[in-house]
Parts: sequence; structure tokens; C-alpha cells
Amino acid sequence: MRLVDKFGHGIGLQIFVCVCCSAAAFADHAVPFSPTNIFAPASTAAKSIFGLSLFVLAVTGAIFVVVFTLLLYSVVKFRRQKNDDGREPPQVYGSNQVEIAWTVIPVLIVVALFMATARVIADIQKASLPANTIEVVAIGHQFWWEYRYPGRGVVTANELHVPVSDPSNPTPTLIKLLSADTDHSFWVPRLAGKTDLIPNHPNSMWIDPQETGLYLGQCAQYCGTQHAKMLLRVYVQSRDDFDRWIQQQRQPAFVKEDASQGQRVFETTACINCHTVAGTAANGRFGPDLTHLMSRDTIAAGAAKNTPESLRQWILNPDSIKPGSLMPAMQLSDQDLVALTAYLETLR
Amino acid sequence: MSTDAIALPGTGLASRPIVVRLHEWVTTVDHKRLGILYIIYALVFLLIAGIEAIVIRIQLIRPHNDFVSPQVFNRMFTMHGTTMIFFVVMPVLFGFANYLLPLMIGARDMAFPRLNAFSFWMTAFGGLLLYFSLVGANGLYGAGNAPDVGWFAYAPLTSQTFSLGHSTDFWILGILVSGFGSIGVAINIVSTVICMRCPGMTLAKMPLFAWLNFVMAGLVILAVSPLTAAQIMLLVDRYLGGHFFDTQAGGSAVMWMHFFWIFGHPEVYVLVLPAFAFVSEIVPVFSRKPIFGYSVMVGATVAIGFISMSVWAHHMFTVGMGANANTFFVLSTMAIAVPTGIKIFNWLATMWGGKIDFKTPMLFCIAFLFQFLVAGLTGVMLGTAPFNWHLGNSYFVVAHFHYVIVGGILFALFGAFYYWFPKMSGKMYNETLGKLHFWLFFIGFHLTFDFMHIPGLLGMPRRIYTYEPGRGWDTWNLIVTIGVFFQAAGILVFLGNFIWSYFRGESVGSDPWDAWTLEWSTNSPPPVYNFATIPEVKSRRPLWDLKHPDDPD
Ligand code: HEC
Ligand SMILES: [Cu+2]
Repeated sequence: MRLVDKFGHGIGLQIFVCVCCSAAAFADHAVPFSPTNIFAPASTAAKSIFGLSLFVLAVTGAIFVVVFTLLLYSVVKFRRQKNDDGREPPQVYGSNQVEIAWTVIPVLIVVALFMATARVIADIQKASLPANTIEVVAIGHQFWWEYRYPGRGVVTANELHVPVSDPSNPTPTLIKLLSADTDHSFWVPRLAGKTDLIPNHPNSMWIDPQETGLYLGQCAQYCGTQHAKMLLRVYVQSRDDFDRWIQQQRQPAFVKEDASQGQRVFETTACINCHTVAGTAANGRFGPDLTHLMSRDTIAAGAAKNTPESLRQWILNPDSIKPGSLMPAMQLSDQDLVALTAYLETLR
Repeated sequence: MSTDAIALPGTGLASRPIVVRLHEWVTTVDHKRLGILYIIYALVFLLIAGIEAIVIRIQLIRPHNDFVSPQVFNRMFTMHGTTMIFFVVMPVLFGFANYLLPLMIGARDMAFPRLNAFSFWMTAFGGLLLYFSLVGANGLYGAGNAPDVGWFAYAPLTSQTFSLGHSTDFWILGILVSGFGSIGVAINIVSTVICMRCPGMTLAKMPLFAWLNFVMAGLVILAVSPLTAAQIMLLVDRYLGGHFFDTQAGGSAVMWMHFFWIFGHPEVYVLVLPAFAFVSEIVPVFSRKPIFGYSVMVGATVAIGFISMSVWAHHMFTVGMGANANTFFVLSTMAIAVPTGIKIFNWLATMWGGKIDFKTPMLFCIAFLFQFLVAGLTGVMLGTAPFNWHLGNSYFVVAHFHYVIVGGILFALFGAFYYWFPKMSGKMYNETLGKLHFWLFFIGFHLTFDFMHIPGLLGMPRRIYTYEPGRGWDTWNLIVTIGVFFQAAGILVFLGNFIWSYFRGESVGSDPWDAWTLEWSTNSPPPVYNFATIPEVKSRRPLWDLKHPDDPD
């Protein structure tokens, strides 16, 4: 929390200590109020934004108190009295000294705010990342997220896994942001501010989460019908767990013999035009990669828990979970549906 | 000025058949009638867009609500935003400018009366086109739909690929057509201010109202033109194989954003400068003091006009512009806070040492001052780019700009309605109902928009038709929705008051507020020709001079 220290001691904002303390209480481990609380930062970028936001809140809060007091005072003090004599008050047209004072003071405040802001922008946007940075490509789709780990041969969807970063030896993750269709925005408030995913306009951002756990967020740029259910889930794991996860995701699909009926259904319906199951005939790229579907906690970008029932419901009629999603209902017979779900459940 | 500027009595033509009177309204080129047409037209759309807001808020009252489908929800927020900006706030402000400007500068009409009528009808047809999408967008056989691309319609969501059918076309055409209307009005206002002032009224003696609307009109010309160009480019993309914004063919989504916000940010000032204009007229009269620091107010207005052309990309801090561009736009955005702050201080100083009379117009102006202060401060928070990476596109920014548009502009507008209603109708409104309106709306406003900031801070993005439980957003959304009903009740009281007062209200003379600008020197309502003889002024407050011959300005 470099910045908070600096503002706390360097500039000496002790008067605003109460504001800061109450806001800092948000940063507790239990994540008070919300798992997506912007005042509970858990990585460097989010923390320096947090520090800046305390400073800005303190300054604007002070301005508010001063001007509001003046307003309240004049409304109370200068109201027309009951026994008013009907004469006009002294006609005052202005005063240059006063005008200069209330021009110069705001200018100074603006300069201070600007300098603090410019620093944080540079700290975040011009940061040089270490050589051991993990790279992930995030591709926004209507209405789900594709994640690719270049050089590691891993492709997954909707649930991003990254290693925890030890502040003394940081292992940040650089996320390259692309879009397959419309604009989206990647916003996991506890990890970083949002950055948009825009077609033909590659962006990137970096995170270095310092505690393991699940971090939530969601698409923050309107992208069409199901913008609301384009949820983000970031799993921050210990380095070992992360490496193990990568290993497991690299395996081709593992198919049990007794699911071959379902596999046949999968491969003879349009499923394979849109979905990939590595090592099989399915290599579509329009929808999420299903190779390790069962390793995920949720389906449909967090819209439903990944349970056999919701899987069946999803395949029968995606609109019942996410109306307007781009996966069509495939009109399968009950028998095919059961076999297909059984097959999907083997994709660990 | 001299007393014979007071108008001749009316000639009593009221009892003609309704068809004749309607025909007169449709063919009128009188600035006052056009002003009233603008205002009534805007009020109708206010009701429509208000109902859309209510639908939005009912849907969000609790998580996983299914009051409307996602498709309908997306159309609702698109139509709500588009309607409120283009077919409510802009027209109602143009209406007041039209009605008041010639009266305030001692002219008989706007510089180009026919262009004025043309502009109104363009705006009116623009709104009709937008709503025709409800029946026309799928062709006549479909149930119809409405635009669902959001009011800033980011590319490539508007391309043929992602927006099938014609709903987006209606959105484009509605805005394109009304844009011509807006530019027409703006040219008219600029010309009127430059050419039509009465003898003695130098630029430095114009009421601030005229100055603010003058700068506003300049901004309209500069800002609406690029929007109009962008709409034409988008049409070219959709129908003539252009690739300006079509990302699948190499077009640029970011270019649309620049086009839109180079319009969109000055647009905020297009809307707020007229609100400043109302406050700058009402606060002095009800404080019984001249405006404090007139020339500084004019300077600040002009400064806002210029700076507002260089801040647009603060709407784009999250699109990846790079550190240097972000830093520049932080600076320009913060710079604009200075002249805006100066204005607030000058209004405060105008009240300082006065004898404040809490009539309904003044109540709304005081609430304006308070709310605009808050809106300005949340604006500064949004202007610090890194904070904006969180707050942008969250419910915080939604709360912020509603604080500007409702808490600032709409409150000032309500003040204007109460202040000038006696002039426009010749009748006094009911003060008790006015205060009831104020308190209902004030409470509703704060319930809705104060609490709306919080889900934004807790990570709730805008434009989502539903949300997950367990995010800590539920209670806030419930309170926000409750506030909407107070606001709706306030609006009904407001309309009821004016309709009732128009027919039953007490007649007022020409100058019920003991005010100082020229519109109060003629009859209420003013005759077609405004002034029997063109007045001549010697100072900024001609009626003060008249009432205080021993102590003129
Ligand atoms: C037209 C292309 C298309 C076809 C055909 C299709 N899907 Fe999908 N599928 C998608 C898309 C797009 C999504 C992502 C939907 C979302 O989250 O909005 C998806 C999501 C899924 C998911 C959830 C994956 C996850 O991790 O969230 C499963 C499971 C799935 N499809 C299975 C199937 C099966 C089984 C079939 C064949 C019966 C099928 N799909 C046919 C496009 C398709
Ligand atoms: Cu999205």
C-alpha cells in the first residue's frame, strides 16, 4: 500500500483520517458488503487505485463540507424575515478580490489532484513486468469468455486460473484482451479497474493477486442481450495448485467406454460445429471449449452451477437459463439428452 | 427604458373554432408558440421516458426478477436514454430559449422565424421516427421492436451483423433528423443574440440568460455536427457497404466512440448551460440582489464552452488509450471544474446578504445548487482516470449523470417552469401544490440517486437486466426503486398544478415577481408582437432602473 502510506504521512492528511479509516475498514479480509467491493483491493493495481481514491474522496469531501456549510448558512441566515420592511437589501455587484480567491484555490486543488492522478496512471499503465509474468489471452464473446494460455497449450472458458503473486517475488499475470464480436469489458473490482475488449483494438492489463481465493466480476460494457450474465470468475491459486491445474488442462479429453453412445450423439449433431473437445472430432470455436468441462464450477459464464441437472436443462433449452444466448436449443430426444449429458460428465 | 414599451391590451380573438386554432398552432412561426410547442412536446416524451424508467426500476427491484425479458429491458434503457436526452431535455430547453430570448433582449421574434418552425418540426418528426420503430422496425408483419443498442450505440453492435432488422435504423434516423432541428435552433439563437438586441443592450448588458444560451447554441453547432456526420457514416456502413465502424471488415469501433463523445461531452454542457441560465435569473430575483460577478460569470461560461470541447475522451478511459492520452484528458477534465466551481460560488455570493424568498422556483434553485455541487464532486472522482477504471460504466456513473441531469438540470427546469409560468399563461400556479411537488421530488430524487452510487462502488455494472444475489446490491436497488415512485408522484402533482392553474388559476399582472428583465415589462401572456414599442435599455436590469429612478444600476 505504497500510495496510502505516502498520502497518509508524506502529504499529511491527518484531518481526513476518519474518512480513510472507515474506507480502509472495507479492505478487510472478509470482504465486507460485497465480493466485488472496489474498496477491498487485493492486487497492486487495485491497491494503488484505492490509495488514489481515498485521496480524491478526502479532497472532494472537504470541498463538499465547506461549500455545503456556506450554502446552508446563507439559506438560514439570509432568508426574508417575517417582519421584513420591504426595502431592498444592499445591491452588491461583485468583488475582484473574492473572485480571484475562489479561482486560485480551486486551481491549486486541481493541480494537486492532477499530479496524484498522473502518478497512478503511470504506475499502472507504464509498469514494467518481470520476465516470469504469466500470459493469458482473454477473448470476449457474446456472452462468454475464452481464455488461452499461449505456450502452455491450454484453452478454457469462463473461469480464469492464475497463480497468487508474492509481493516480494511477484508473478503477475498479463491479460491480453481481444474480442471476437462486440465490445466487452473485463472488470474484477478487487483485482484491477476495468479494461475494454474491443474488436480490432487489442488491449492488455495486468494483475498480481496477493491472496488465493475466488474473485468475482462481470462484463462491464454492454455487449448485447445477455450482457448481464457474462460473469467473470478468477481463481487465484497457490503456485503448485496452478501448475497442477495447467497440467490437468493440457490432457486431451478422457472418455469412458460407457459414454460412447453420448459421444456419438455429440459428434453427429451440430454441437461439434461450435464446441471443441480436444482429441476428438469436435473442433468448433464458436462456443466454449468443452474438453475439461467438468473441471469448471459453473456453466454459461457463471449463469448456472455446473450440475448434471443444469447441464441437461442447458442443452435442452439454453434460453431457460440465459434467454438470448447464442447456443440454440437442439431439440434432442430424451434418450439422446441423457446419453449426451452422461458423455459431457466424463469430460473432466 | 420608457414605460410605453408596455404592450397594448390583447385584441380578444379567443373564441374561434378549434380547427382554426389548431391550424394556427401548426403553421405558427411565432417564437412564443413554438416555444410552447417544444415544451409540451417534451413533456409528452417525459411521460413516455419516465414510464420506461419505471419499467427498468421494477425489473431491478430484486435479483433475478423477471418482470420483463432481457430483450425488452435492453430496449427500455436504450429508449429511455435516447428519449430523455434528445426528445425531452434538449427540446424543453430549446423551448424556453425560444420563448424567452426575444422577450429578454427586447426583440419581436427570433432572427429566422421560419427556420424556427422548421427546426421544431424536424425535432418533432425525429421523435416520432424513433417511436415508429415500435411498429415499423420488423416491417409491418412483426410485433415490432425498438432500438436496443444503448443510447451511445457503440460499434459494432450497430452493424448489420449484430443488429438485424431496422430498429437501429430508426434510432439513426430519429437522431439524424432531430439533429438538423437542433442545428437550426442553434443558428437561430446565435443570430438572434448577435443581431436582434434592442437599442442600448450591448453584449455586456445582456441578461446572463442570453449569454448562456448563446454559448450553448455555439456548442450545439460544434457538437451536433459530428454526431450527424457519424450517423450518416453508420447508415453508409449499414446500407452502402462502408466500413467506417464495421470491425469485421477492418473498421474501427474506437472511432465511433470518438465521434460520439466529441458530441456527447459538449452535449452535457449544452444541457447544463441553459439550466445555469435559469438559475442565474431566478436566484437574483428571489434574493433581491443583482447577480454577483456578472463579468466573471460570462467569462466562466465562455471558458466552459471552450474547455468542454477538449474533454470528450474522459468517457473512454477504459478503452485503452494509453497513459499519455489518459493523463491529458484527466487534466482537461479537472480544468473544467474550475469555471464550474466559480459559478457555484457566484450564485452563493448572490444569495449572501440578500433577503431570500422561498417561493417554489427558488426552492428548486437551492436544491439545484446543492445537487449540482455533489454532481460536480462525483464528476471530479470520475475524472481521475484510475478511479474511473472502477467507476466508469458502473452504477456510480449512472448515479453521477442522473445527479447532473435530474438533480441539476431538471431541478433548474422545474424552477423555470414555476418562475415563467405566470408570464406564459397569465395565471399564477398554486404555491402549496408547487411546494408539495418540490418535496415529493426532492425526497424521491435523493432516495433514488443517492443510493444508486453504492451498488456502483460495490461492483454493479450498468445496463444489466438482472443481477446475482449475494453481491450486496439488493437492498440498495430496492431503495432506488422506491424513490422512483416518489418522483413519479411529484411529476403528477406538477402537471396537475399547471393544468389546474391554467384554467382556474388567479390572473397575474405583467410582473408578479417584482423582477428586473424585459420579459416582465410586457403583458402576461405577451402579445404576438411582444412589445408595442421596442424598449431601450441603459443597464443590465432595465426594470430596476424603472422602479428605482433615484438609484439606477
Ligand atoms: C451455434 C453454436 C452452438 C451449438 C450448435 C451448440 N452450442 Fe453449446 N454453446 C454455444 C455457445 C455460444 C455457448 C456459450 C453460451 C453462453 O455462455 O452465453 C455454449 C455453451 C455450451 C455449454 C456450457 C459451456 C460452459 O462452460 O459454459 C455446454 C455444456 C454446451 N454448450 C453444450 C452443447 C451441446 C451438448 C451441444 C449440442 C447438442 C451444443 N452445445 C451445441 C454454442 C453452441
Ligand atoms: Cu460482454
